[in-house]
Amino acid sequence: MVREYIRQRFFPHLWCAGCGHGTVMTGMIRAIERLGLEKNEIVIVSGIGCSSRMSGYLDFHTMHTIHGRAIAFATGVKMGRPDLKVIVPMGDGDALAIGGNHLIHAARRNLDLTAIIMNNRIYGMTGGQFSPMTPFGERGTTAPFGSIDHAFDIVEVAKGAGAAFVARTTTYHVQEISRFIAKAIQHKGFSVVEVMSQCPTYYGRKNKLGSAVDMLESYRNGTAPLGSKKASENPDIIERGIFVEEERPEYSGEYSVLVERCRGLGQDGRR
Amino acid sequence: MEEDIQFIQGNEAVALGALYAGLGFYAGYPITPSTEIAEILAERLPEQGAAFVQMEDEISSMCAIIGASLTGLKVMTATSGPGFSLMQEAIGYAVMAEVPSVVVNMQRGGPSTGLPTSVAQGDVMQARWGTHGDHSIVALTASNLQDAFEITVQGFNLAETYRTPVVLLFDEVLAHMREKVVIPAPGELEVVERLRTSVPKGTNYHPYLAREDGRLPMSDFGGKHRYNVTGLVHDMWGFPSTDPRVAYDLLHHLVDKLENRADAIAHYKEYYLEDAENLLIAYGSPARSALHLVEERRNRGAKIGLLELQSLWPFPRRTVRKKCEGRSHVLVVEMNRGQICQEVVKAVSNPERVYLSNRFDGIFISPQDILQTLNVIGGKGV
Repeated sequence: MVREYIRQRFFPHLWCAGCGHGTVMTGMIRAIERLGLEKNEIVIVSGIGCSSRMSGYLDFHTMHTIHGRAIAFATGVKMGRPDLKVIVPMGDGDALAIGGNHLIHAARRNLDLTAIIMNNRIYGMTGGQFSPMTPFGERGTTAPFGSIDHAFDIVEVAKGAGAAFVARTTTYHVQEISRFIAKAIQHKGFSVVEVMSQCPTYYGRKNKLGSAVDMLESYRNGTAPLGSKKASENPDIIERGIFVEEERPEYSGEYSVLVERCRGLGQDGRR
Repeated sequence: MEEDIQFIQGNEAVALGALYAGLGFYAGYPITPSTEIAEILAERLPEQGAAFVQMEDEISSMCAIIGASLTGLKVMTATSGPGFSLMQEAIGYAVMAEVPSVVVNMQRGGPSTGLPTSVAQGDVMQARWGTHGDHSIVALTASNLQDAFEITVQGFNLAETYRTPVVLLFDEVLAHMREKVVIPAPGELEVVERLRTSVPKGTNYHPYLAREDGRLPMSDFGGKHRYNVTGLVHDMWGFPSTDPRVAYDLLHHLVDKLENRADAIAHYKEYYLEDAENLLIAYGSPARSALHLVEERRNRGAKIGLLELQSLWPFPRRTVRKKCEGRSHVLVVEMNRGQICQEVVKAVSNPERVYLSNRFDGIFISPQDILQTLNVIGGKGV
């Protein structure tokens, strides 16, 4: 099933053994399959980083762009062809450091894009530097004594910027990945799905978190459904689920309303 | 049919030229002295069903037009110095991924915030080399609003023909002055439409396989062919490659497709060249002062001419060399520290005869300024 949606000619992929990004890609393919979307109506726009290589492997219209700017490129694609489904897979550094400005403004505009943020808390492609998602005290090659930066909470950033759909899950919870992504694609408006994705090669090794399996286990034990008893009893537990799902005026839709309005205007600018 | 004569601002001439060429998408961010282009298009594009988006900065503006171009639209953004600096990385992407796109840079004084409401031409080399890596690019300019309209249409034509970003390197004087423009009737100017592939659905389409004539037919995103676009070195499928042969061929292609045609695609105008002993070379608004001086001196019997360059990049080296042949003096007139002057020096057979007449203090160069330089060269003193 999954094979139908990938470009087999370009495999094997470049992700390390134990990397979580392949799980996210599979979850996304299952979501697209579940929704019964045609391959020709999907555009994948990615930036730079491990997760961004996903675009090349998928048999859709794909665009692998520059670091941090995937959402900006996607804005042009969506406004050029509002009928297409535009999905933007990003890493945490891509989406929240260099690309943070574009993320919040796309959310503010509420343009119908689906942002999938693979959060592995590290810059993987460049070899393990701390990212805006690396928690205080954790290590990266550029934080050898532990980071004194504070991390973002992606869900809170997305909510604060006005995203119409916000969800979080992990690579342990594979059913949730495809369920949330499917809902995000269907949601008319700017959608953010954070998927916590393990990087055993850099983040795991630097912070002595064990193997990929150990890291997946920590996702199972360290997270709980939104509003659950487990989450409410322990502030260290990270909540999973759909945090925002609201109908709001969507940008490309509003633009077509504007177009209709302008066409109805007389030369003096009045109806 | 009655002529459509308008008395308009330079920014408006460029906006109208873009609409004439079939502009289908604009993204931009406010900056002096190019803001009026955005204001005009915000009003004009919706009524044509085309999108106008005010982005959060110039970086995203450049990225957005590239994305929209891949859906099959003709696209443009407009900015000035600082914004042009921010766009450079994405311009490099448009070079590498060969995405037709038009970037207007209404030059103002620099570096940095510089002189926002004053004229300069300090971005000539930035237009050429602003983005990193070996590459080639197209940059055009004009000195009056009729030409600015037509050069804007030409810019879109070259972007589509060669699948390249094109920089319209105008300046503050041109942006803000008002002049008569005769808007050409539809069909009067040639408008090049996007070349789309004839490869049928279900058959392999290679987005980066050139035809015999060197052109690369495109396929719109959302259309019948699915392919990959990347800023990495890529093969004919658009898929990343580190094969030295692939990298070598790609770099050759990106540079050669423009540099090998530099003189064929060159735009320039010449005035009183035939018997000219002294030749002025100018471009953009300073060419107005140069022309004024040439005509004034001709009236007094001086053998002087003007070569007005409208294409700066790729630099029409052979054309310039030929036009400079046999002149006593060649005087390059520009509003920077000699950016095109250096190119002329490299192009001609007698570089010791090339001189520079320039201003870079925010004041528009006058015929009197140029005359002073001529007098110095001629041994007449200041």
